[in-house]
Amino acid sequence: MPDLQGFGPALLEGTWMTIRLSLAAVSVGLLFGLLGASAKVSNNVFARGLGGFYTSVVRGIPETVWVLMIYFGTVSAFNALGAYFGYPRFSLSPFVAGTLALALCFGAYATEVFRGALLAIPTGQKEAGLALGLSNWRIFYRITLPQLWRVALPGLGNLYLILLKDTALVSLITLDEIMRKAQAAANSTKEPFTFYLLAAGIYLFLTVFIMGALHWFENRANRGYVRTEL
Amino acid sequence: MILAEKWALIERFLPQLWDGTLVTLQLVGLAVLIGLFVAIPLGLARASRHWYIRALPYSYIFFFRGTPLLLQLFLVYYGISQFQVVRDSFLWPYLREPFWCALITMTMHTAAYIAEILRGAIQAVPPGEVEAARALGMSKRQALQHIILPRAIRIGLPAYGNEVILMLKASAVVYTVTMMDIMGVIRTINSRTYEYELFFMVAGAMYLIITLVFTQLFRLVERWLKVDASRQSR
Repeated sequence: MPDLQGFGPALLEGTWMTIRLSLAAVSVGLLFGLLGASAKVSNNVFARGLGGFYTSVVRGIPETVWVLMIYFGTVSAFNALGAYFGYPRFSLSPFVAGTLALALCFGAYATEVFRGALLAIPTGQKEAGLALGLSNWRIFYRITLPQLWRVALPGLGNLYLILLKDTALVSLITLDEIMRKAQAAANSTKEPFTFYLLAAGIYLFLTVFIMGALHWFENRANRGYVRTEL
Repeated sequence: MILAEKWALIERFLPQLWDGTLVTLQLVGLAVLIGLFVAIPLGLARASRHWYIRALPYSYIFFFRGTPLLLQLFLVYYGISQFQVVRDSFLWPYLREPFWCALITMTMHTAAYIAEILRGAIQAVPPGEVEAARALGMSKRQALQHIILPRAIRIGLPAYGNEVILMLKASAVVYTVTMMDIMGVIRTINSRTYEYELFFMVAGAMYLIITLVFTQLFRLVERWLKVDASRQSR
């Protein structure tokens, strides 16, 4: 075990911040993804165009740019908005900006995952719902959504692992997560290799933990289904 | 600021933006090319049937896919200078340059992903074709060279194209080690003009355009290699 020179608790705090950030971003991102997928499979031309625009633009621009753009690029807009309500110094906190940026990127990829899952659900079920007199919302909530989860889970799991690594980018806008805590420790101890390697170990540990959790969720979602085996 | 003024401002910085684009393209291009060559032995070893041959590439891939590129970059650029041995070695003139650190990190990072793509592609080659090659009297090496690899390249090409685009986007972090890539230039312009909204949008547009061009290029290559045809015959 390397000598942490008193930076152990700081790294743990950073880990907790990374976990919180990733969970916040994934919650908002799932919502974006569901909205995006609904727009993309909708009958409305305008909604389809909007969904297509969202996925192609967001996926074509680096996560780093989104993080910096949402944090630095919105300062004057939010200041103006705040001034209107009497809080001239109103702006996004690094946590909120990071959550929004990561959710935006996660949502764009999740849109494709959800779209694929939506198409995998037989249309006969929707028609059956209509025949039974269910409303569109109720069909979505009672029939589509519970099955969507099962089909989309493996894809979403991969996206969550990618999101976890992208949280490191939020250190660029001064959020105190693992990366930034490691940076602070590296600077003051002059042992960058030790602390960056330790940070890498934490990311790997989180990855393994999440992979285990996803495995459990997938098994749970697939109970009652026979798995296709080659 | 009216539109014409904004455009004039962007126009003033066009030479720098162009230089930044070249740095980004150079880094990504070299990384994905060298990465491909590093990945070939990795991917082959990863697809081996012996666990002791699989183990090393597996841990390499696990490390590079499981940690952020930003962290790997810091580990190489700031981290290895912690050791006196490195600072005394003949490699130090390279390892203290941000360009070489960025290139080494990106190459090792993308090699891990490409190796996985290769492994998937190799394992997707229909076993019947390999058996047919062996039955025709090809040695294992010949079968690899004439049957498995050409087939795997076509199967893996679309995924490789995606990886190039992912690397293009991932490369946006190299400005943190003082590289003057697109983001590096944008950050410098921002600190001079304070036009954050405008120039982040310019950065986004530049990456978007490069992504679109790359997508089209790969579509052409796929058509040239007849990726679809080999898919149909399966």
